[in-house]
Amino acid sequence: MYAQMIKTARSGVKNREEMSDQEREFQDRIDRDEKIEPKDWMPDDYRATLIRQMGQHAHSEVVGQLPEGNWITRAPTLERKAILLAKVQDEAGHGLYLYSAAETLGESRDELVRLLHEGRMKYSSIFNYPTLNWADIGAVGWLVDGAAIVNQVALQRTSYGPYSRAMIRICKEESFHARQGYHAIMQMAFGTPAQKAMAQDAVNRLWFPAIMMFGPNDSESTHSEQSMAWKIKVKSNDELRQQFVDQTVPQIEYLGLDLPDPGIKWNEERGHYDFSDPDWNEFFDVIKGNGPCNVDRLKDRVDAWEDGAWVRDGLLAHARKKSARTAAE
Amino acid sequence: MSNEWPLWEIFIRGQHGMSHRHVGSLHAPDAEMAIKNARDVYTRRNEGVSIWAVEAVHIAASSPEEKGPLYEPSNSKVYRHPTFFDIPDEVGSM
Repeated sequence: MYAQMIKTARSGVKNREEMSDQEREFQDRIDRDEKIEPKDWMPDDYRATLIRQMGQHAHSEVVGQLPEGNWITRAPTLERKAILLAKVQDEAGHGLYLYSAAETLGESRDELVRLLHEGRMKYSSIFNYPTLNWADIGAVGWLVDGAAIVNQVALQRTSYGPYSRAMIRICKEESFHARQGYHAIMQMAFGTPAQKAMAQDAVNRLWFPAIMMFGPNDSESTHSEQSMAWKIKVKSNDELRQQFVDQTVPQIEYLGLDLPDPGIKWNEERGHYDFSDPDWNEFFDVIKGNGPCNVDRLKDRVDAWEDGAWVRDGLLAHARKKSARTAAE
Repeated sequence: MSNEWPLWEIFIRGQHGMSHRHVGSLHAPDAEMAIKNARDVYTRRNEGVSIWAVEAVHIAASSPEEKGPLYEPSNSKVYRHPTFFDIPDEVGSM
């Protein structure tokens, strides 16, 4: 998802006998669906795992602005441009909510940004794919934000209060993202044959990267168990992926586009769509840094940070001078 | 000296006569920028008509460990709740 392959600080789940009294009391609170708040006692591994997950989630929001920002100046109409601008601005806000949530655990935003820039933290694999044309922008809003919503709706019930509140706020804004994307794709799918072909091409290229967003299959997802026990994660990767496929297939059909995976088929017995696995080797390769855009994305982030340094420093110097002057008066 | 902008807690009052409510935090070099940033981050969809920004270091908070003793005085005074008193139905609503 926006947070993929988060390594829980330990492997396996602690059973009650292994827990200290404090840990047992903590687990009981989680099991009663009580929210954990910043100043509450929490196991070190819970804190570390959360910082990693919220940090990666925040980085994804911010890096996710790049593939879309790429098309702001080339949007087909002024209205689409204004809409895309508002969406990309939302993503900056979402990044901020999540950095703020991570900061409640004592990790500063600048520190998280530094770890990202040094390649020691990651962001979602999806943003290492390019947006080649306008149809991709529609498909990103519809499929990528659509996948994010599936994950984030579940995370509204996550056990850490500030994370849960950030998710609730983000979900409210996110449906605008998915709808504007689908609306843009609708116009193309119902447009000229050339436009329809572009829409089809975008769906074909982005489908597998989108379903990769949920992370590896549960059988391969070795670090999930403790996160599930702590309700840092609420649903498993495969559960969320199935939910996304089930809701998206009818949307593709409505557009009159071909399904991007010949393996997609309604399974009467399961009551769900069957679908093909994405190429997991590609997924792991992208995570490792070898996707089509990894190098560019990170470079753009680092450049933006460094190019903006004089603004940050200047405003801070001004603020300090002003408060020194007020103190002197 | 750190060049990190200080953290501000943001409170917003919506349109319907409610009091200011904590909505989140942000970084800003000074109060003026904190309010401008808060407008951009927390009121993009008409969520508010008034913004308070307080530098986070100035907020004093109760500690969760003291929860018991801190709230004990109110826990032991059930008669503060109106339902403590049985009033006969004949009296009508009160």
